Amino acid sequence: MIHFVLLISRQGKVRLTKWYSPYSQKERTKVIRELSGVILTRGPKLCNFVEWKGYKVVYKRYASLYFCMCIDQEDNELEVLEIIHHYVEILDRYFGSVCELDLIFNFHKAYYILDELLIAGELQEPSKKTVARLISAQDSLVETAKEQRSSISNIIAQATK
Amino acid sequence: MAGGTSSIMETLFQRTLDDMIKGLRLQLIGESAFVSKALDEIRREVKSTDPSTKSTALHKLSYLASLHFHDMSWAAFHVVEVMSSSRFSYKRIGYHAASLSFNDDTPVLLLITNQLRKDLGSTNEFEVSLALECLSRIATADLARDLTPEIFTLLSTTKLFVRKKAIGVVLRLFAKYPDAVRVCFKRLVENLDSSDPQILSAVVSVFCELASRDPGSYLPLAPEFYRILVDSKNNWVLIKVLKIFAKLAPLEPRLAKRVVEPICDHLRRTGAKSLMFECVRTVVSSFSEYESAAKLAVVKIRELLVDDDPNLKYLGLQALSIVAPKHLWAVLENKEFVIKSLSDGDPNIKTESLRLVMAMVSETNVVEIARVLVNYSLKSDPEFCNEILGSILSTCSRNVYEIIIDFDWYVSLIGEMSRIPHCQKGDEIENQLIDIGMRVQDVRPKLVRVARDLLIDPALLGNPFLHKILSAAAWVSGEYVEFSRNPFELMQAIFQPRTSLLPLSVMAVYIHSAFKVLIFCLHCYILQRESITSSCPENLVLGVSESVLKREMPEDSGLIRTTCEALPVQGDKGFNRRASNQSSEVFSVENGGDRTINHGQTSTPNFSEKSSFTYESIVKLINLVELAMGPCMGSHDVEVLERARNLLCFIEVIKGEITECLEHKEKKKESEEMKASEIIKLMSDAFSEELGPVSLSAQKRVPIPEGLELKESLDDLGTICADIQVPPSNDSNLFSLGSPYNGEEVGVSASELESKEESEPSNEATALLTDHRKRHGLYYLPSEKNEIVPNDYPPANDPKLRDNLNNDTEDLVKLTEQSLVTNKKPNHAKPRPVVVKLDERDVVTITAKRPEPNDNLLSGAVREVLLGSDTRTTTSQHNPPDKASSKRKGKEKLNVDPSSKLKEDLGDSEKPDHENPSSRRSKHRTHGKERRQKSPSKPAEERENNGQKGKQKSSHRARHKAQERADAPLNAVSQTPVIPDFLL
Repeated sequence: MIHFVLLISRQGKVRLTKWYSPYSQKERTKVIRELSGVILTRGPKLCNFVEWKGYKVVYKRYASLYFCMCIDQEDNELEVLEIIHHYVEILDRYFGSVCELDLIFNFHKAYYILDELLIAGELQEPSKKTVARLISAQDSLVETAKEQRSSISNIIAQATK
Repeated sequence: MAGGTSSIMETLFQRTLDDMIKGLRLQLIGESAFVSKALDEIRREVKSTDPSTKSTALHKLSYLASLHFHDMSWAAFHVVEVMSSSRFSYKRIGYHAASLSFNDDTPVLLLITNQLRKDLGSTNEFEVSLALECLSRIATADLARDLTPEIFTLLSTTKLFVRKKAIGVVLRLFAKYPDAVRVCFKRLVENLDSSDPQILSAVVSVFCELASRDPGSYLPLAPEFYRILVDSKNNWVLIKVLKIFAKLAPLEPRLAKRVVEPICDHLRRTGAKSLMFECVRTVVSSFSEYESAAKLAVVKIRELLVDDDPNLKYLGLQALSIVAPKHLWAVLENKEFVIKSLSDGDPNIKTESLRLVMAMVSETNVVEIARVLVNYSLKSDPEFCNEILGSILSTCSRNVYEIIIDFDWYVSLIGEMSRIPHCQKGDEIENQLIDIGMRVQDVRPKLVRVARDLLIDPALLGNPFLHKILSAAAWVSGEYVEFSRNPFELMQAIFQPRTSLLPLSVMAVYIHSAFKVLIFCLHCYILQRESITSSCPENLVLGVSESVLKREMPEDSGLIRTTCEALPVQGDKGFNRRASNQSSEVFSVENGGDRTINHGQTSTPNFSEKSSFTYESIVKLINLVELAMGPCMGSHDVEVLERARNLLCFIEVIKGEITECLEHKEKKKESEEMKASEIIKLMSDAFSEELGPVSLSAQKRVPIPEGLELKESLDDLGTICADIQVPPSNDSNLFSLGSPYNGEEVGVSASELESKEESEPSNEATALLTDHRKRHGLYYLPSEKNEIVPNDYPPANDPKLRDNLNNDTEDLVKLTEQSLVTNKKPNHAKPRPVVVKLDERDVVTITAKRPEPNDNLLSGAVREVLLGSDTRTTTSQHNPPDKASSKRKGKEKLNVDPSSKLKEDLGDSEKPDHENPSSRRSKHRTHGKERRQKSPSKPAEERENNGQKGKQKSSHRARHKAQERADAPLNAVSQTPVIPDFLL
């Protein structure tokens, strides 16, 4: 089971956190501080696994971002690496060659995509295409709503002039 | 109207999330200032009546909460408001905020049950998905209980997108509300037959997670998993199924036999490394007794090891360490690689290979491996160096130094390790030095030599990590000073100028060791002088020992004489012999006298080395001590101060007499001389008591004397004692039942000194002091324990004292037996010296991992559901008279009972409901709520059920009809003979 997902930039800025196991706010900050200390200091060409407090953290660096997932001792590290890669590919497809800025300004989108990929700390959707389709379907739902809203607010704005 | 306008103004001029993020990045006013400003805005905006403004505010807040970790629990109610919005875009923001910030203690959780129920039943599948997503994160026991029917419905919905999420949620549902198993489990199992890869992957993940908590309950599902293992082509699914089998196989050997072949097939065929590694891990962890499979796995491990990818290398090493306990050959085969990995650039790989190297250590190769590792540690960075040293120390000391044969070697290795520049293992080394000293008598001469080398090196004093080691070395040198070649040199080492760098606690140990060394030297000097006066000076060596022997132990004289004759030729050999000789009588009653002889003898080699205890040297020694103690008298540390004062007072007492009697040797002031030597002898006796390891439970074994009330407050004891007026020495004895030696020793020395200092101890004052001590025990030092033992090592059991304290003869017999056993040692060199062991201490306690109560509930429910279904399937498939199956049934009944008993009461009320609606006769499948609400109103059924047992069985049968139906086609597809075999 995946206990949490973290995206940390090379400078140690947090870009995304998703917790599948209960952690209090205080614990969350502590976990991130500890882990970024461990992971960011590891050089390139080392293995992508870190043992940490009885758990394993699988991380992979894409450009300036570290994608980290914390898993149980007996989980399959290579599988999790693939999930990370999977996620990155979906993000890439969605944003069109994703970069850190995309994730900064669309942090919610990154969450929604992750939610389509994982549920309760387990992989739920192995197909990239399906995830992309689902996300765009939900986006179009939101878009129509937005159009409506803007038109309404236009109307109100005009009415109160 | 004004309100409306303001809300519109807010909408128009509200900062969007983008604005806020941009502002944050610009950092014009600093991050914290900006954030607090933004939070103020959000607080205002979130109260707005306009849903758009509200949701945007919430959106911004969840950004700050998730990435900047600002508390958002205060906004919980607003989250609920936004969640209940009818518009999807708002709803999504609300749900996201909820799953981010809600936890079990969030009070508003009570409010969202209906909202969730509504969304779970929504026609918009994305709304359903939001609710499921959120539920998977925040479900509490209450929510889980209330929403179980909805999830149950969703588990068989035709919308795959929703169904797979519902499957994922089941995990949380079961964890929070185990009774949901009764409702949902069947549907969940049905999903195992799904042809859709997403559903399959989701449901297998769920079972994998469930099985990892309690594998036993899922054994009956083995046929399903087997079918997936054989048929599936999906690696995600296969990996999970393999994990399930890794858990199930150890429980059922016949299952393992059946499964091992398909797993090997996958292992051979697959090109995916993740699947391959999973196969390897499954084989080495759960199927290692299958020789061929293990061999195949080791071949694959080798492939991983030689791969360039550090990930695979690391995993290969990890797999090796799993296989190591059962197939050490696999590690030995890859020995070179493992050793080479010690110098890998990746600390994780290094650590892993270090673990493996330690797994290879055995009696025969420990010397060689330790040599290699110490060399590596010299070359590596401080952190890994200490990791290496730590693992050497822990491996070698495992199970009371089980693998060490040559202790001389090990002790010198410890000495060597202490000198490694990066060494920070002071505490561990300290413990082992003392521990070995107490446990292994044969090694003491070597130990003293190593300790001396450490003490004498001024360079070591500068390293704070070594201070602990030095403290141990000082203790060893003091305690076993009789093995020292040159006590004078030792004294000089103890008082070398740089010792001022030591922490005070270590200094205290140093001073105490100096005390022991001084006593030893003086004692030898006195013995030597006595012998000179009594025997002819030309035959010095023999004279000394013989005179002593004649006086004290005539029967052993022959043996010891041979020792003495050997002495001038070979000092060391003599030591060893003596040590062994001594040990056999250590616990005899004439303990003190015995050791005295030894002291006499140990002095003999010093004669031959011409560093004998001449008058000049003794005076020099005393002067040295006096000089060195000077600064300590001004110490702020009580320990140091007290010990230094003890030492100086002692010197004060004896100094005059020794010089005097030397000068007026001819006059022979017999009485005076006797006084000094008596004191010294007494002290020497006190110090020569053997200290041994003590088991942790030793205190418990001392029966509490009658009338001793330990639990009562000791406050009124003070007044009682004041009346009795006990002298302090006895007093200390009273309070140190656990540490008899110390009380005794201190008592002796204290009273002795006292009687010297003041001729008449005022009883009144001591009584007052005692009284005070009783009342304010807190402010006194805990006990005199530290006087002798610098660390946490309590002194040894003393049979004599035990005898006095409790006239429990049985105990005594046991103890003497024990001491005899431990000390029984042949005189000849044995391959391995005796290591004193205490069973209680060295037994590794294996704490069985007990599942949590919740898991118990869950597994109980699962078993009840599954085993019931099982009974049904087998009986339907095969003829009931099948002997095996009936036997199994009996067995399972047994299994079920303890776990499901708990439920019996709970479940009783539901049982009739369960059995009725879904009976076979009625051909009427109903579920969930419906089923529960139905009242027991089928007389035809009732007739069938006679007795509680039959009732239960039939209820199972009825409830799992669907399961049976699901199984039947399945079995027909896969090899039918396989399945019944599994279920055995």
